[in-house]
Amino acid sequence: MEVTLNVKRFDPESKEQGSHFQEYNLEVEDHSTVLDALVKVREEVDGTLALRCSCRASICGSCSMRVNGHAKLVCKTKLRDVIQHDHKVLVEPMNNMPVVKDLVADMKPFWDKVRAIQPWLQPDGAAPEREYIAPNATMLHLTGVMSCIMCGACVSDCTALEVDKNFLGPAALAKAYRFLGDPRDDAGNNRLKMYGESGGIWDCTRCMECVQVCPKGVAPMERIMSLRDQAIQAGFNNNNGARHTESFSELVKHSGRLDELRLPIKTFGMFNFPALIGLLPVGLRALRRGKMPPIIHKSIPGAEKVRRIFEKVEGKK
Amino acid sequence: MKYAFFPGCVSRGGCPELYPSVVNVCERIGIELEVMEGAACTGAGVLQEKNQRLGDSLNARTFAMAEAMGLPIMTICSTCQGTMSQAHKRLADDPAYMAEINEILAEEGLEYKGEVVVKHLLWILVEDVGLETLKKHVTNPLVGLKMAPFYGCYIIRPTGALGFEEHPEREDSLERVIEALGAEVVEFAGKTRCCGFPILTINERNSVAMVANHTLDAKGLGADAMVTPCPLCHLNLDGFQPKAAAQSRTTIDLPILHLPQVVGLAMGMDPKAMGLNKHIISTKKLLSRVAVSA
Repeated sequence: MEVTLNVKRFDPESKEQGSHFQEYNLEVEDHSTVLDALVKVREEVDGTLALRCSCRASICGSCSMRVNGHAKLVCKTKLRDVIQHDHKVLVEPMNNMPVVKDLVADMKPFWDKVRAIQPWLQPDGAAPEREYIAPNATMLHLTGVMSCIMCGACVSDCTALEVDKNFLGPAALAKAYRFLGDPRDDAGNNRLKMYGESGGIWDCTRCMECVQVCPKGVAPMERIMSLRDQAIQAGFNNNNGARHTESFSELVKHSGRLDELRLPIKTFGMFNFPALIGLLPVGLRALRRGKMPPIIHKSIPGAEKVRRIFEKVEGKK
Repeated sequence: MKYAFFPGCVSRGGCPELYPSVVNVCERIGIELEVMEGAACTGAGVLQEKNQRLGDSLNARTFAMAEAMGLPIMTICSTCQGTMSQAHKRLADDPAYMAEINEILAEEGLEYKGEVVVKHLLWILVEDVGLETLKKHVTNPLVGLKMAPFYGCYIIRPTGALGFEEHPEREDSLERVIEALGAEVVEFAGKTRCCGFPILTINERNSVAMVANHTLDAKGLGADAMVTPCPLCHLNLDGFQPKAAAQSRTTIDLPILHLPQVVGLAMGMDPKAMGLNKHIISTKKLLSRVAVSA
C-alpha cells in the first residue's frame, strides 16, 4: 500500500522559527499501523524525525499523537482506517501541550494536573494493623476508569483546555472520580469542594471529544458528569453550574420543555444583579431582532405526564 | 416521505426563525411532517448529568409516541439528535433496562418496542431525499458563496451511538449538502469542535472565547457565512458573537445560518419567511449576493 505521511515538524534548535510540514512517501503493508510507518521513516528515510513509543501494543500510552486532527495511539491505528483518498495521512503532535520536538509533546502540564487532584488515598483515623481492605464489589465500578493508561489523548483534544489552560481536564478529573469512589478514601467532601472550584468539573463543555478519542473506553466526560451529580448531592451547589443543572431539571419537570427565558435568571440567581445586567445587551439585541423566547411560556400538552415520570424516577439511578 | 417532527425547545424559543424555515423547506422538498406536540425536552445532556434514567425515560416516551404514529422521528437540532441517539443506544443495548423504562411508561399506556428511527434533517437530506434530488430543487445555486460548516458536538460524537459505521456518509454530510446547494465549502478544523454554549452561564469567558476562535478561523479562511444544523450552536455563534468580538478586541461579523435557511435560499425562498432578518449578526450583505427569485 502506498501512503504519504504529512508530518508536522518542529526543531527547537533550528534557526528557522516555528513548525513546518514534511511529506514522506512510503510503501507499507496493508496491515501496517501509523506507528509502523513512522518508525520506517525514522529508520530508513529520515533519522532526524522524533517520536515517542514503547510497548507498541496500546498498553504503555506513550505514542499518542494526532492523526488527521484527532488524538490516537498510533500503535493501534491501522493506516488503512485513516488513509485519505489522496493516500495522505496527516500526523501532528498532541494538542494542548508544548512540543518538545516533532511528534513529542511535553506531558508536564498533564502530570501537574493529575497531581493537583491529589491522586492518593486519604483515609481517616488510625492505620489498620495490616492492609486496608477494599471488597471486590466496592471496586467494580472503578475498573473502567482504572483502565486509563495516561496517554494524554483526551487532554490533547479537550475543547475547554483549548481556551483555558487552567482547566483540570478530562484525564485528571477521571482520576479524581477514581479516588472519590474508592471505599478506602475518606476525603470525599474535601475532594468534591476542591473539584468544584474554578477550573474544575463545571468548566467541562460536555463536547464528548474525550469520550470519542480515549483508546481505553474510560469515558472521562461521563465521570465528570458523575462528579457534578455527587457535588450537588453533597450540598456543593452554590455555583452557576449546579444551579444551571437544577434549574434546567425543574423547568422541564414543570412544563415538559425548557423555558429559555427563566433558565439564565434561575442560574445566576434572581438577585444577582451584576450578572443579570450583563445579560441585558444580549437580551436587548435579541428583542430588537424579534428573537426573544415567548414571555409567557407554554407547557407541552400532557405536561402532567412528564411530571409524573419525574416523580417516579427522581432519586432513583 | 413522512416524519414525526420533533421540533425541540429552541426552534420555538431562542431561535424562532428556525421553525418556519424548516416547515417551508420541507414542504418545498416534499417532506411531510406531523408535529409531535406532546413530546418532552430530550434533556440535552443536562438532565442526564443529574439522572440518566430520567432522561432516557423522557426520550423512550417520545420514541413510543413515534412508534404509535408509525413514523420515523425528524430532529432539527444536533443536541436533540445526539441526546436521543445516545438514549436509543443504551435502550437497544440492554433489554432489561428497556423493560424497566417501559414499566415507567406503562402508566401512560405507552410502550417502546425498540424500533424507532431518529434522524436529523441533515441526514434526511443526504440519506432519504438524496443529494441528486436535492440538487433538482435548487433554483438559485449559491455560486460564489463560501460557507464554513459547523456541526455541533452531539451530531458528530460519540460516533458509536450516531450510526456512523452503517452510515459513513454522515461524517461529512454538511459539506456535501453545502456543495449540492452550489456553495463552496470552507474546510476548517473547528467544524467539529464545541461552540461553547453548554458553559455559557457557567464560564462565559471560555464559552465566548470558543465563539471567537471558530468564527475568526472561518473568516480568516475566507468564509462568507457559517452553516449549522444546531440551534444551540447558533445561539452562541450568532447571539454572542458581538461579545466574542469585544472580548478579542476585534470585529468578526460572520453571519451564522441555520441549515434549512441555506437550503431555502438555494431554492429561491423568501429570506424573510425564513427569519433571516432575525439574526443578531446581520445577513443583509450576504443576502445581497444571493439572487432571490421566490
